Amino acid sequence: MGASVVIAEIRIELKPGIADPEGQNTKKALELLGFKGIKGVRSIRFFEVELDAPVDEAKKQCEEMCRKLLANPVIQKFKITVK
Amino acid sequence: MKPNEIKVCVLRIEGTNCEEETAAAFAIVGASPEKVHLKQLIHQCPKEMRRDLEDYHILAVPGGFAAGDYVRAGAILAARMKSALSKELKTFVEKEKPIIGICNGFQVLVELGMLPAFEAAISKEPQAALYTNDSARFECIPTLLKNESNGKCVFTRNLPKGKVVMFPSAHGEGKLMFSSEHERDYLNLLEKNDQVVFRFVGPDGSYAGYPWTPNGAISSIGGICNPAGNVLGLMPHPERVVNRITHPDWTRSGLDPSGEGDGRVVFQSAVDHVIKKG
Repeated sequence: MGASVVIAEIRIELKPGIADPEGQNTKKALELLGFKGIKGVRSIRFFEVELDAPVDEAKKQCEEMCRKLLANPVIQKFKITVK
Repeated sequence: MKPNEIKVCVLRIEGTNCEEETAAAFAIVGASPEKVHLKQLIHQCPKEMRRDLEDYHILAVPGGFAAGDYVRAGAILAARMKSALSKELKTFVEKEKPIIGICNGFQVLVELGMLPAFEAAISKEPQAALYTNDSARFECIPTLLKNESNGKCVFTRNLPKGKVVMFPSAHGEGKLMFSSEHERDYLNLLEKNDQVVFRFVGPDGSYAGYPWTPNGAISSIGGICNPAGNVLGLMPHPERVVNRITHPDWTRSGLDPSGEGDGRVVFQSAVDHVIKKG
């Protein structure tokens, strides 16, 4: 890795109020396996992007990535953490 | 213009898998379809394989799992088309040439902002989403659809309003959604603009929930067009039923198995429209 390589963590989740069939079904499956006390399961997507760019620039690029491909603003929101 | 002069671009990339049937459907109604890889349209290929979108009269985005449906269904193909073909697509839409997106193709057109496209030929951001079915399963069943179009959509002009047809559905992410803050307005706009083309119905022809609406889509919507009516996206597959023999009930219906299937009218309408336009 070069000196300026950063790792951006991109978390894509459903906006509040959007039904999450994958999470609900996972919850059901976990309960069928005998797990008790599960209040809720939410499915969240997580991307780790390695970027050769300064932190500010990396964040900007990742926001663009979310807008162009990684998130659909109708149902999803995203959070970017650059390390 | 003769039907065989109508050139249809059936777009494919890695992961599309309904291009054969879609091309065959256009061939059956007399048009001249060609399966074209995205790289041919953006000239990332040997010179003799290059194609230009403007040379075609109809564009079809077929079903399948374009680019593996990674990220979200249709998102990668949509992003690639938007970045490399935006200008050509915009011109295609504005010339009111027919574009159809079937199943994965519908997901692509929605992600691309070409449907419902309330304000522009291609909206800057998606205005809708086709999200995971309520059942969280891949639903693969015959589905009944009612033609709701008042005549705006060029792909259903030969189909009487209110007529119910059977097109099979096969998708995991077909639940049409709008953001909660726009849901009511957008639904009203769709109705007002005559953009609702198909709704899922039950065997008695009335609107019905699961399993008749296999995905939980808002207002049981199975297909929509753009405000001009030349871009149609639908989840079920008309190209799978262009012949009666591929209807699941052909042995029971008593209808001639060599006859026309329910889906043919979609392709015929588009071809007739292009001929009429000249």
